[in-house]
Amino acid sequence: MAISETTRAQMREVLVRYPRKRSALMPLLHLAQADDGYVSADGISVVADLVGLTDAEVTAVATFYTMYLKQESGHVRVGVCINSLCALLGGDEIWDALVDHCGVGTNQTTDDGTITLERIECQAACTHAPVMTANWEFLDDMTVAKARHVVDDVRSGRSVQSTRGPAVRTFADAGRVIAGVDDGLVAEGDHRDDRMLAGLRIAQQNGDADRSAEAERQGASKVKGR
Amino acid sequence: MPLTPVLSAHWDEADSYTLDGYRRHGGYDALPIAFAQQSDDVIQLVKDSGLRGRGGAGFPTGMKWGFVPQGDGKPHYLVVNADESEPGACKDVPLMLANPHSLVEGVIIASYAIRANHAFIYIRGEVPHAIRRVAAAVREAYAAGLLGSNIEGSGFDLEVTVHAGAGAYICGEETALLDSLEGFRGQPRLKPPFPAVAGLYGSPTVVNNVETIASVPSIVANGADWYTSYGSEKSPGVKLFAVSGHVERPGIFEAPMGTTMRELLQWAGGMRKGHRLKFWVPGGSSVPLLTEEHLDVPYTYEDIAAAGSMLGTGTPMVFDETTSVTRAVTRWLEFYKHESCGKCTPCREGTYWLVDLLRRLEAGIGSDTDITRINEVSAQIAGRSFCALGDAAATPFPGAIKYFADEIALGTHTTAAELFDPVAATVFTGVNA
Amino acid sequence: MTVTTASTTGDAIEPRPDVVTLTIDGVQTSVPKGTLIIRAAEQLGVAVPRFCDHPLLDPVAACRMCLIEVEGMPKPQPACAVTCSDGMVVKTQMTSGVADEAQRSVMEFLLINHPLDCAICDKGGECPLQNQAMTNGQGDTRFDGPKRTFPKPINLSAQVLLDRERCVSCARCTRFAEQIAGDPFIELLERGSQQQVGIAAGIPFNSYYSGNTIQICPVGALTSAMYRFRSRPFDLVSTPTACEHCASGCSLRTDSRRNSVMRRLAAVDPDVNEEWNCDKGRFAFRYLESDRRLSTPLIRENGQLRSASWNEALVAAAAGLKAATGKTGVFTGGRLMVEDAYAYSVFTRRVLGTNDIDFRPRGSSTEEEMFLANRVAGRGLGPTYADLEASQTVLLVAFEPEDESPIVFLRLRKAARAGTQVVSIAPSASRGLVKTGGTWIPAAPGSEAFVVDDLNDDWVAALGQPGAVILVGQRAAASEGLLSAVVRLADRTGANLGWIPRRAGDRGAVDAGLLPTLLPGGRPVADAAARVDTAAIWGVADVPEAPGRDITGMLAAIESGDLEAILVSGVRMDDLPTGSEAGLRDARFVVALDTHHHELVELADVVLPVAAAPEKAGTFINWEGRKRSSSQALTTSLMSDARVLAALAGELGFDDIDGDPARLRAQLDEFAGWEGARVGSPEVVAADPETGTGFLLATWRPLLEPTAMQEGEPYLAATAPKRQVWLSPSEAATIGATEGQPITVSGASGSVTAPLVVTEVAEGTVVVTGDAYRSVGHIDGRVQVAV
Repeated sequence: MAISETTRAQMREVLVRYPRKRSALMPLLHLAQADDGYVSADGISVVADLVGLTDAEVTAVATFYTMYLKQESGHVRVGVCINSLCALLGGDEIWDALVDHCGVGTNQTTDDGTITLERIECQAACTHAPVMTANWEFLDDMTVAKARHVVDDVRSGRSVQSTRGPAVRTFADAGRVIAGVDDGLVAEGDHRDDRMLAGLRIAQQNGDADRSAEAERQGASKVKGR
Repeated sequence: MPLTPVLSAHWDEADSYTLDGYRRHGGYDALPIAFAQQSDDVIQLVKDSGLRGRGGAGFPTGMKWGFVPQGDGKPHYLVVNADESEPGACKDVPLMLANPHSLVEGVIIASYAIRANHAFIYIRGEVPHAIRRVAAAVREAYAAGLLGSNIEGSGFDLEVTVHAGAGAYICGEETALLDSLEGFRGQPRLKPPFPAVAGLYGSPTVVNNVETIASVPSIVANGADWYTSYGSEKSPGVKLFAVSGHVERPGIFEAPMGTTMRELLQWAGGMRKGHRLKFWVPGGSSVPLLTEEHLDVPYTYEDIAAAGSMLGTGTPMVFDETTSVTRAVTRWLEFYKHESCGKCTPCREGTYWLVDLLRRLEAGIGSDTDITRINEVSAQIAGRSFCALGDAAATPFPGAIKYFADEIALGTHTTAAELFDPVAATVFTGVNA
Repeated sequence: MTVTTASTTGDAIEPRPDVVTLTIDGVQTSVPKGTLIIRAAEQLGVAVPRFCDHPLLDPVAACRMCLIEVEGMPKPQPACAVTCSDGMVVKTQMTSGVADEAQRSVMEFLLINHPLDCAICDKGGECPLQNQAMTNGQGDTRFDGPKRTFPKPINLSAQVLLDRERCVSCARCTRFAEQIAGDPFIELLERGSQQQVGIAAGIPFNSYYSGNTIQICPVGALTSAMYRFRSRPFDLVSTPTACEHCASGCSLRTDSRRNSVMRRLAAVDPDVNEEWNCDKGRFAFRYLESDRRLSTPLIRENGQLRSASWNEALVAAAAGLKAATGKTGVFTGGRLMVEDAYAYSVFTRRVLGTNDIDFRPRGSSTEEEMFLANRVAGRGLGPTYADLEASQTVLLVAFEPEDESPIVFLRLRKAARAGTQVVSIAPSASRGLVKTGGTWIPAAPGSEAFVVDDLNDDWVAALGQPGAVILVGQRAAASEGLLSAVVRLADRTGANLGWIPRRAGDRGAVDAGLLPTLLPGGRPVADAAARVDTAAIWGVADVPEAPGRDITGMLAAIESGDLEAILVSGVRMDDLPTGSEAGLRDARFVVALDTHHHELVELADVVLPVAAAPEKAGTFINWEGRKRSSSQALTTSLMSDARVLAALAGELGFDDIDGDPARLRAQLDEFAGWEGARVGSPEVVAADPETGTGFLLATWRPLLEPTAMQEGEPYLAATAPKRQVWLSPSEAATIGATEGQPITVSGASGSVTAPLVVTEVAEGTVVVTGDAYRSVGHIDGRVQVAV
């Protein structure tokens, strides 16, 4: 597949952020993948030209990182964390249920092209285990039932709301955000859930929150006053 | 010990991630304080605060900054390690979601201190919403004149580039991160030279964890004495603890260093109802597990080390009696095998071998020889691999067998699933039969 | 290096700032600062096992095989990556249980996924993994799980095959490709236990230097299509030889079995090729066993060539030459070993009594002849490879090193990586120049002399710095006035001037005097003292005084009848200027000495077969002027050119003409050090470049092309770069062409079509690369370029 002019323009924008062109390689690959649904040979070639590398050098990088795909992804890439903690807390059961529910295994896509399942490693959300992702947006505190529901919603074209993030967009949209293209969704998704605020709420109940905040202000003004 | 929300003090406000939300509570007030000082004085302040790297290794931050040669005529770089990927670690991503401006302010101050005019924030690729929030914070900062040329009239210039990874745990290793940021495979570099001398593009570079850098503004604003009033002499300050696993209320708890696991556990509502603690892992899967007997060990680098583990990321994973330690360890080793970069032999081949052996034990078809061998192979990796990933991979099993030798030995005839009903370990038992 | 035993450390060693003193296995040693432990240990005779380490590649410390103990360090250290420091106490596996155990561990790890298929592996018997598994491993493995497997093998190129399951991820091959050759077309792909060497989809590892990766692979992961499964190391007879292809002068190791060459390897020669060679030198030797090899003399009878006995053929040749006494000219190519070249020089002057000899079949100019006589002939060694490496600035003129002297390219790249500035006066910025980080000074064909004369002050100043080198390629002769301008520049700046011919025998031919105005050792024919000196060495009364004709002159003389016979050796019809064939047909009598049948041989009246380079002992003189001696790798009943000439001379009544290579070489050595008169510097003034419509054509011969010396090696041929047409962006726009589009370049005598590459090209110039010179290389004047 060819890389679109829009994507090429985004690639050029990304390039100028770095003192050396080669540093832009990873975001450029994210963009190439956004166009093709995977990192195609054509995408590699376009990126190689832009950063002044051989296709082999770009291939070496593209195959090193797990987010760069060798096969085209479904519209929504559904990841289930199967690292120890999530697995034990229910990730393995969720995974088995989704494999059964979707009829595909890891890195495989449903016949309708909507869903690609993937076993993923720790997502830095262990407080919210078991964790899933949909196009990398968090689906926290999952159960088997919730997981099936997500898949069903995706397959029937319903919007899926991530936790601590926006409504799940397309795979390509996610790739562009990761590459550094602003999608205007920064305000979406509330980070304020029980787990995020667990300590703060106790501190507030105990009056500790005020104290430390007060210390912060006092300290600041004290130093400023000098 | 009380909770001490500093970085997390205003996470309950809907706009805590915005410039307005941050400024409402004194955000960016540390900047003029820093700019009023010489760069070296800021370094000295951070040295005096005793702040240690929050990424896991605990290296003194001020000392790291002090290693950067000055007046060398080369550009200097600050690189924020926001590649939080350690199993169990979940503090930097929440911080970036809820309070990215503390990171940006820290980046400005740290860059000023080490005389860097370009900083990079390397965020793991799998967290698009954290990327949105940090990127937006950087945009807001530029728009407010907090980044770019002549920041706040200080004469100091700083460009910040938000960069996303693409799925590689190894990029949390600082030299692998630099190679990755330069557009290479994320494989660690030979040291020496160390990044402080020859890092990004061969120039002096400081690589610091998100929480480390985000801690800097409050230290600058409140002073080193304020910071050292918390924690121990060798482990001062406060930090974000993230308690996960079989507890009633997992979550983020910002508390002084020296807090005990017992206190954290209490804040987290104790073990989930009807269950008791089996083991806990203090700071990511790369540190040896501890048990109930260690609940009163203060969360300091030195005390946890004395107890036979490491503070690591300070994000304890808690497991109850429904947990098969063999299953947990096997899965961690599968992770290390999956994430081994392949560069060095011991890690690449050793993790391959360990996974094969551990799977036998999980499947109940292991042998006593296999158990011995896992220990031997772990010892063959430890200290011989190129970077710390190999050492990390060699950690879980020896740590586990120290306390659970009898249970592990059952893997010679009984599967882990028979010994520990996996459904019992789930947190939604019975909900989805 | 100084070595003392630990027991004598009481004698204080004078500390030197550039030297560090350490102890390895109880032995105190001093080494230069910066020396790696593994090298210091080697110097003491301690072999620390290793895979990824290679002295010419940057350390990577990946395989961990060389872990040793350093006192004071908590963990075993990689000897390949830690530099020695003063007072360091190192314990290798010889004295440290920790080191020994660490190495055995690593070896065990390396073998868990290795197929242990030594019995069917090319590397078996010469395999560092196999050998070190014996010395630094245990006899058995404790691993009893399933091994990682891959479908096998995969082609990295037509020539280089990869068996991934044998690979130990040492990255020697990928580092070679990137660091040494500058061709990062192979890379480590994937990661962890799936990490493997590979290429980009559909883009093979077509590097001129790809074969080196096979040689430095410490396991049997990389093999060549041409050698795979052909032989076992212990069945091979190894002979040190010199490469017969180009003037780089590589030392090779020729491995043969049952008198047939199985493979060739780069031999270690730090002064010349270090540990590398090019793929032509490595793989192009099947010509030796071509169906077209000449095995018996031939004579023409009733218009047809037929086999003849040596006696019959020599009699016939002698009769023909006798009939043309005083009217015989000699063409030799550029492939002769110097002993043979010298034999032609002697034969021509003493037996034929003429100076009508020229080794330059490609066409010749008086300017070039003067240049060679003045600046090259008998000048001995230098500039050298080491000079290139030591220089701050190297100027290239009419020279594309990667194609025309590939080991010069490698040394320039090495120099450039260390800071040498390479600058090239050329029609385009070639990929080779880019790979040396070089600066391009545009020069359209025909205008090079003006560009040299007008070189800006910065470059002139740079060339005036001590150690600066100018390398001028053989092609410079084709641009009138260029060699004169180069000589002026060298004289003006004091830069060290080197001439780089294309073929292995070119420099030897110059030294031996295979030119019409030049006797051996740079002695001018025109100089009486030189003639006397030459006659004295030869033990004769005099040598011919009249200057001879160059090749153009000889071809004209045949046409006019002034020459009647030609003695020709190793020259192919397509080496000669266009239209030479008709002239040669006019010759009354042609004697050809050659290894193969070809068009020119078919014209001969008598054909005398000769041994090819690997079939005889002898010497090439490389571009530096360095002797490259080559042993006889194969036995043969064929004689060298020198011995055939001696026999022919005998038939002509000259019984004292020597054919023994050692004696010939000794006699040629007597010509060294001529301090008498020299042919003067060329002072040809370039004509103003002609104006006209169309483009000026620039082209040069690629390293790999379908020539006789490369026949029978399809895998090598398949790695040759494809033909391309290069135009500058503005010229491409002018003709409305875009990158990759097929472009036709046509001239008076032919045309060629190839895809367009838009790159930096001199104004009004079109470059055609690849083997296109055969089609368009001889077109004179301007060419038309069209989509």
